[in-house]
Amino acid sequence: MTDTSDRTEVEQLERVVIRFAGDSGDGMQLTGDRFTTVSALLGNDLATLPDFPAEIRAPQGTLAGVSAFQVHIADHEINTPGDQPDVLVAMNPAALKNELHHLPKGGVIMVNEDAFEERNLDKAGYDANPLEDGSLGNYTVYRIAMTANTKEAVKESGVKARDAERSKNFYALGILSWMYSRPLEPTLEWVKEKFGKNQMVFDANVMALRAGHAFGETAELFEHKYHISAAPQSGGVYTSINGNTALSWGLVAAGQLAKLPLFLGSYPITPATDILHELAKHKNFGVRTFQAEDEIAGVGSALGAAFGGSLSCTTTSGPGVALKGETIGLAISLELPMIIIDIQRGGPSTGLPTKTEQSDLMMAMYGRHGESPMPIVAAYSSAQCFDAAIEAARIALKYRTPVLLMSDGYLANGSEPWLLPNVEDLPDISVDFTTGFNHVNEATGEEEYWPYQRDPETLARSWAIPGTPGLMHRIGGIEKEDGSGNISYDPENHGRMTELRAAKIAGIAKDIPLAEVNGDADDADLLVVGWGSTWGPIITAVGRARAAGLKVASVHLTHLNPFPPNLGDIVKKYPRVIVPEMNAGQLSRLIRAEFLVDARTVSKVEGVPFTAAELVEAIQGAINND
Amino acid sequence: MTDVQTQTTTAKDWASDQEVRWCPGCGDYSILTAIRQMMPDLNVSREDTVFISGIGCAARFPYYMNTYGMHSIHGRAPAIATGLAMSRPDLDVWVVGGDGDMLSIGGNHLIHALRRNVNINILLFNNQIYGLTKGQYSPTSEVGKVTKSSPVGSVDAPFNPISLTLGASASFVARTHDMDRKHMQAMLKRAHAHQGGAIVEILQNCNVFNDGAFETITKRANRDSMLIPLEHGQPIRFGADQERGVVLDDAGRAKIAEVADVGVEALLVHDETDPDPSVAFALSRLANSVTEPTPIGVFRAVDEVEYIESANNQIEEARQARPADLDALLHSLPTWEV
Repeated sequence: MTDTSDRTEVEQLERVVIRFAGDSGDGMQLTGDRFTTVSALLGNDLATLPDFPAEIRAPQGTLAGVSAFQVHIADHEINTPGDQPDVLVAMNPAALKNELHHLPKGGVIMVNEDAFEERNLDKAGYDANPLEDGSLGNYTVYRIAMTANTKEAVKESGVKARDAERSKNFYALGILSWMYSRPLEPTLEWVKEKFGKNQMVFDANVMALRAGHAFGETAELFEHKYHISAAPQSGGVYTSINGNTALSWGLVAAGQLAKLPLFLGSYPITPATDILHELAKHKNFGVRTFQAEDEIAGVGSALGAAFGGSLSCTTTSGPGVALKGETIGLAISLELPMIIIDIQRGGPSTGLPTKTEQSDLMMAMYGRHGESPMPIVAAYSSAQCFDAAIEAARIALKYRTPVLLMSDGYLANGSEPWLLPNVEDLPDISVDFTTGFNHVNEATGEEEYWPYQRDPETLARSWAIPGTPGLMHRIGGIEKEDGSGNISYDPENHGRMTELRAAKIAGIAKDIPLAEVNGDADDADLLVVGWGSTWGPIITAVGRARAAGLKVASVHLTHLNPFPPNLGDIVKKYPRVIVPEMNAGQLSRLIRAEFLVDARTVSKVEGVPFTAAELVEAIQGAINND
Repeated sequence: MTDVQTQTTTAKDWASDQEVRWCPGCGDYSILTAIRQMMPDLNVSREDTVFISGIGCAARFPYYMNTYGMHSIHGRAPAIATGLAMSRPDLDVWVVGGDGDMLSIGGNHLIHALRRNVNINILLFNNQIYGLTKGQYSPTSEVGKVTKSSPVGSVDAPFNPISLTLGASASFVARTHDMDRKHMQAMLKRAHAHQGGAIVEILQNCNVFNDGAFETITKRANRDSMLIPLEHGQPIRFGADQERGVVLDDAGRAKIAEVADVGVEALLVHDETDPDPSVAFALSRLANSVTEPTPIGVFRAVDEVEYIESANNQIEEARQARPADLDALLHSLPTWEV
């Protein structure tokens, strides 16, 4: 906005963390998402943390119904959604009550004071109105009559009185947009796209947004408005993307790069369902999405499609991986490529469906019957889910194996800027199907087809798909004779096949990037080992600890089975090793077992990511306490 | 995949080199022979034919056919076949399984494949027993059946597979038995020709754990009086002298009547193409055990929208409307340039 009449003093900020909180029906996820998108377009670096309940609409005004969205924007590189918010926007008493503990003393609270009436206070468990009783004395509180102002602002749109206040999230967004010098145009365009077909709702939202902005400008309530400059970023075209969208696009790209049709067999489950939604939109790439009757049919259909020569995948979360276990075992035995995508959430059982966790690593590693090794690829940031999906597909196709691709609720829903890759630079992961005989029968001297004839380098078996003349063959879950693939109950053959399957997966270590040490690689007193979404807080914490004079290094794993071949040397090089993970200590156990080093767990199983501050404390503690 | 004219084949061409390992005397042998003999008549090629099975005695079937095949895991064959058929509509996909595989552990996949009307041919070998685990009652075993897991008799009520699959909106439902190769082949050819999900229940004798289970209806001497052949467009009659028939009572229930009592005009004329499955369902309820005259033949064969064609049409339409442009996809959200 270039409104010159606004004389409010502009203060430059390096960064700000804003937490939007309201009732599930208040549209806080949308508000946060719009604020994020506009900030991304301004060139800020950013990270987000949507934090919402599992219930679609918990009873209005209750603590259980509070939905929050935290966004961190900065003029420099950041990798976490921020340890603590600077500003809390609370649309009702429950939101204030639920979220206030996140806000440090001195923080800013912006409330919709209209919502602080007796019934709502009562539902939130307040005996007295916190806006009146002095309990918020340590904060800067802005009381704004958002409901009344919104109703007044949207009068001319013609929406009914009781619908009018539904635009108050746009009113709040208008105020914040003014306060942080965000332009309204991108949001106006978005509102047109989203609500353009319903003139009344479109008008109401636009009026509310503009009214909120005008309120900021004219109310003389605020001493400053703020500006956060663009962060220095490498040249190129950027988009703001969340993990599930990036992962979906990575799968579409993998299909194109493999020159195979993409097939997704899936059953809806939080927080993975958005991948099914996204892929269902891209039929023009030949993507087939099959919403199956259950998790087992999801993976079963994917295996069927893999047999037919598709790049196939199934998306799920922990409970679904448990159900798919038997079919994954079959895929390991059939040696067919498939990607099993686990968007991890709090467990066990239904656990915390909308909250994040990293507690499926042991299941990914060992959660099947029999000796059934399987590669594991883990994404470490929202945007990097794109590359992780292509890498999982590459390994699956090249080695004819199911691959577990792991993400989590935080990566899935969190957004960050993404420097778009050049399509031409993406790897070629195409495969050659076998189309001719590959063996000579010793007894008859005749040429024949052996489905379990292996590539001596990769140990991948031959892959001939149905429809190939002359190569008809049968494969199954019963142990197969090495080479011919015929049923074999021979004890030595079973031992050999078990070793071959293990050697094939172990051999992938030669074909993945070496682990890279970040920080004080030569002389660190402590190594921090991480995997998955803890990357952001770990990088940030290591940076802070080093700035405070500590000698710290970190290594982050994108491949968990097999490990990068140099990982053993790295973990043995440093006197102390800690492993922060959002579980009770799963990677640390794998590292201890594999390398016999005293890797210590830093555990957090609370449904929310580590903050960098928590990890700085863990780093200091580990270095100082011995 | 191939444009080459399908070559003329014989039953031998459809037999794999693997030794058949069912118990001597098993009804599965006669089904295997019937299918190997029938395949050359279907005018399809071996490389475009796939048999998918689950677990159980019947599920060994794919190993014995010189086609593509997958012996998968218990109950999941219809789901695996759905993924294969959907992604490869050029293939002829068959599913083979027993009553435990299809109706117990895999019941969910069976009914959903049928209600979606996925173009696959499902062969349900019903022997009313678990064979491969050595003789426990199955979901089609009669109440009171004494087995190792029901030493004083099973208290489980059985499924009627025809009623179940009609209830799942299957567009093709037929029943045959392993003692009549010609009838079996006729039913399988009909299933193959059907565009949509087809299920054929094949009453099959397990001579080790449930010998003679269907003798009362399938033994040559008993067939005339105990099997009710369903023929499209014909009054439903049976008996050595066609002396009995099927009528619908006022409540729409199928009943057996003496033709002499009710007259030929009163007999139900079988219409397998009736879009409403009610009468087919009524026919399926005529017999709930082998002590009653049992209809065989095609209960239902209706043209309905086929799943794979619908799904792939959507893909074709999308392809026509928008090119597969990866770069455009990556730029489809708001972007900014630095």
